[in-house]
Amino acid sequence: MMAWLANPGWLLIAAGLVMPFLPLRLRQGLMLAAPLLAIAWLWQMPQPTIIEAEFLGYTLTPMRLDGLAFVFALIFSIAAFLCGLFMLHLRNRMEPSAAMVYAGAAIAAALAGDLMTLFIYWEVTAVASALVILANGPQTYRLVLRYLVIQVASGLLLMAGAIIYIRATGGVDFGQLGLNVPGGWLIFLAFGIKAAFPLLHNWLQDAYPAASPSGTVVLSAFTTKLAIYALARGYAGTDILIPIGAVMAAFPIFYAVIENDLRKVLAYSLNNQLGFMVVGVGIGTELALNGTAAHAFTHILYKALLFMSMGAVLFRVGTINGSELGGLYKSMPFTTVCCIIGAASISAFPLFSGFVSKSLILSATAYEGAWIIWMVLLFASAGVFHHSGIKIPFFAFFGHDSGIRCKEAPPNMLIAMGLTAAACIGIGCAPGLLYSILPYSVSYEPYTSSHVLSQMQLLLFSALAFTILMRTGIYPPELRSINLDADWLYRRLIPQSFSWAQQRLTTMWPTALADHVLHNLMPRIASLMAMPGPAWGTGAMSTLVVVLLAFYLAVFYLS
Amino acid sequence: MSQDKHDLYLLQPMVVKRIVYTLYALCAGSVLLDLVIHRHETLGFAEFFGFYAWYGLVACVALVLAAKGMRRLVKRPENYYGEDES
Repeated sequence: MMAWLANPGWLLIAAGLVMPFLPLRLRQGLMLAAPLLAIAWLWQMPQPTIIEAEFLGYTLTPMRLDGLAFVFALIFSIAAFLCGLFMLHLRNRMEPSAAMVYAGAAIAAALAGDLMTLFIYWEVTAVASALVILANGPQTYRLVLRYLVIQVASGLLLMAGAIIYIRATGGVDFGQLGLNVPGGWLIFLAFGIKAAFPLLHNWLQDAYPAASPSGTVVLSAFTTKLAIYALARGYAGTDILIPIGAVMAAFPIFYAVIENDLRKVLAYSLNNQLGFMVVGVGIGTELALNGTAAHAFTHILYKALLFMSMGAVLFRVGTINGSELGGLYKSMPFTTVCCIIGAASISAFPLFSGFVSKSLILSATAYEGAWIIWMVLLFASAGVFHHSGIKIPFFAFFGHDSGIRCKEAPPNMLIAMGLTAAACIGIGCAPGLLYSILPYSVSYEPYTSSHVLSQMQLLLFSALAFTILMRTGIYPPELRSINLDADWLYRRLIPQSFSWAQQRLTTMWPTALADHVLHNLMPRIASLMAMPGPAWGTGAMSTLVVVLLAFYLAVFYLS
Repeated sequence: MSQDKHDLYLLQPMVVKRIVYTLYALCAGSVLLDLVIHRHETLGFAEFFGFYAWYGLVACVALVLAAKGMRRLVKRPENYYGEDES
């Protein structure tokens, strides 16, 4: 038992579990203390540290701390602290507690040395993150169930793949897998869902903007980066990841340009940044893997910072639609500056964090001679500046005067944003600090005159493009609308196909069986997919979740 | 709401114009620096004069025009899925 609990992740999980029963001050204290203790714990542990435990006849590894696990566990702990600070003003018990369990499970998953342990924490992150969204209110209920089904499906695939792998090879260790091992594809798909691969991505843009101002900050940090870690651990050098990552880096930015909900714009650019990391894993050289780890590290910080600044706007103004915002810089000057620092970091301006991490991946791509992928990533770099770097601060804080005058964000939010912004600049100015904790020792110098100049040309001319398009009126205006994405398949096409079949059946199959299919089965299945009706939609969805969970237990004990 | 609408200094047309001209000057400067600094590139074609400048410009204009065209295909009213979330 001690082997399981002696884990920095459990520090946060335990804090999250007791927090609902504590008074406010103690809850706040735990929210800050637990992540700080986890950071200290991780820091002083020697590498590698391996702790094993016997379970059901297998030798499991609840803790494996090596270079790769360290980077992710450390940044998850730092993110947990910053999230705790950002949500310190919350009076509700559910969101902070769920957030702590979520962060703790992500840390424990990054430290998991075997597939069974990974699976357990993989599922805890799914459930805890769903609770974080649900804490925003009952209007999120149906969305949360939709989110949970997809997250649980990822867990199902991971478990199925792991069982096949363990039975075929006899080993439970979570190391390099590749697609050719038994169950390799299933585990790959499980990771791919959570990493938001193209066409498997839409749960992210669907769910993240629905959480509370602080909830979205929490969500942005853990699930997807855990998936990146898992890919880096199990699938480094898997060629197919290179085109997948390139599509991921490019495809979401088109949506980001026309999206009105600014937090959804950030969700699309989150997806785009994951693409860079996936390419890094696919290339799989030491430089590329260092790039992936470094980019995950800086990305968690600047993405959290951007979501914090948009969360602060939402918190004060009550909307985050670009069509309704503008001119807020005078009301929220500190938030504006922090947002711009986050924007400069994601855009990889020299002296900001994204510059020193993304260049590792771009250089690794160029060294491989993969010039098409390199061109796509460069396009994505220009595009991310265009929509995240310019569009986000421009439409919220500048643009036109929306007439909104509000108070600056509360002190705890300002401190959280200030610290995160300082980290973004610190890493950008002194990259050696970050490079020294990367899994491989690689000497890389980001600040060469060639590199700085080329990046400045790219960014300045992207800004020029925005300026020209804006001043000529070609730039698409912010409109109140939604844009169809891959979720249209399961929210519209499949349910409508069912009702189409239903109508056909009514006319040509008038038996008792058809009656049952029509009135019981079809609406049930249709409701699982789309949940169009409030009366039975949610019930069916929860049934599915329970069935999936029961299926897990069955397979777990029968195999 | 008590403050005057025109108090946003950075949104005044004169100021915006100044910012835009500064950007033009910086753009020109960054390309001209290519004459002075020889950029060492792993991929040879990127050493072409002002490569990143024109690539950034073309990429972003293409991105916006493509997204604008895509909007015609994918834009739907906010209540398209019949839900009132977020």
